[in-house]
Amino acid sequence: MAPVLPQNAFAGIDLACRRGERIVFEHLNFGLPPGSALLLTGRNGSGKSSLLRVMAGLTPPLSGTLAWDGAVIYDDPAAHRARLAFVGHADALKPVLTVAESVAFWAGMRVEIGGGVAAALDRFGLGALAATPCRLLSAGQRRRVSLARLVASPAPLWLLDEPFTSLDSEAAAELLDAIASHRADGGRVVLSTHAPLELAGGATLSLADFAARTPADIFA
Amino acid sequence: MSPFLRLVRRDLALSMRQGGDAATVLAFFVLTVILFPFGVGPEPVLLARIASGILWVTALLAALLSLDRLFQADYEDGSLEALALTALPLEAVVAAKCLAHWLVTGLPLTLLAPVLALLLHLDSVAYPALVLGLALGTPSLSLVGAVGAALTLGARRGGVLLSLLVLPLYIPVLIFGVAACEAAAAGFAARPHLLLLAALAAFAAPTAPFAAAAGLRQALE
Repeated sequence: MAPVLPQNAFAGIDLACRRGERIVFEHLNFGLPPGSALLLTGRNGSGKSSLLRVMAGLTPPLSGTLAWDGAVIYDDPAAHRARLAFVGHADALKPVLTVAESVAFWAGMRVEIGGGVAAALDRFGLGALAATPCRLLSAGQRRRVSLARLVASPAPLWLLDEPFTSLDSEAAAELLDAIASHRADGGRVVLSTHAPLELAGGATLSLADFAARTPADIFA
Repeated sequence: MSPFLRLVRRDLALSMRQGGDAATVLAFFVLTVILFPFGVGPEPVLLARIASGILWVTALLAALLSLDRLFQADYEDGSLEALALTALPLEAVVAAKCLAHWLVTGLPLTLLAPVLALLLHLDSVAYPALVLGLALGTPSLSLVGAVGAALTLGARRGGVLLSLLVLPLYIPVLIFGVAACEAAAAGFAARPHLLLLAALAAFAAPTAPFAAAAGLRQALE
């Protein structure tokens, strides 16, 4: 029997994911209506990044499916790519390109860019660094460039893999602010975190609840 | 500007500023060709006889030299993942990267070849066949090479594996490229050989990006 796909949500239905020989999670369900946020928590290796990659369509799930407002995303992968923005651990910055060039390049790969790039740089305090080559940036600054990239190219779904890593408190506040305004515009956010974090009206999904049972568990 | 051209422009800007890859390829080409007169002796008749073979084999190896970096840098820093998530299909990403690769390796090799041919006493009637042959053949080298580069992405010692995978596939290009020069030098028409080189490029251009994109998807999982 085909599962019922929620009409007004980005939803995962009975997802399972395998990395190598290990099932990292199974029977995982979630639903994200417009304007909502989902916080992924769990220990290292519990599958937070894997789930985000499945949501992005980079990794096919072992079983289950993902649907956006009632349509299975695998039926139209191009449409799914067009609606999501993914910020992973790797920051995709080239040592020889400047901060402004990097943000403009990635924004330009999605939309025709207007004045969005300068505004995005200013928002994360990168205005003064616009002409600096990325090889000279600190870890926190690199992370801020990734986030400026996110803000510069509007997408209705944000997938953020530990976005607060190496951010100072000011930049973290700016990111929370960006997430709030993104959600106010009807955007959806999924983010993984280790730090305790409160998002107004956001749901929390603990990956530990969906860990696959190992043979040892079964025979215990 | 379309995302496709934007990506080509970025890759060109990267290789201009890093300078490394493209310059290494050309220096390798020049130095290796110069080695031959030292190795086989400076006798003009002998050099003229083997000139087209030397130039083609060396151009092939030079193109191969830069291939293992084609996707590797983007794979390591997360750019490839980000590119796979843009609206541009991965096949178009591959095509854009091949075009940029050809512009910084294949095209300079083609332009440099007649200068080196002078050094090897290549028969002057064979020059058009050499340049045209390289212009038609080097795009196939970039395209076929991209498939190998995508398949070996993330593998340990991928560079060696890449050579083993790709060199046998370069043989048709080598055969028709050298045959075009030889035919011209012997007073026959080079046209059939050049047409076959064009046919190889015309076959590789639409098919190789699909094969390479499938390899990249595998690597990105």
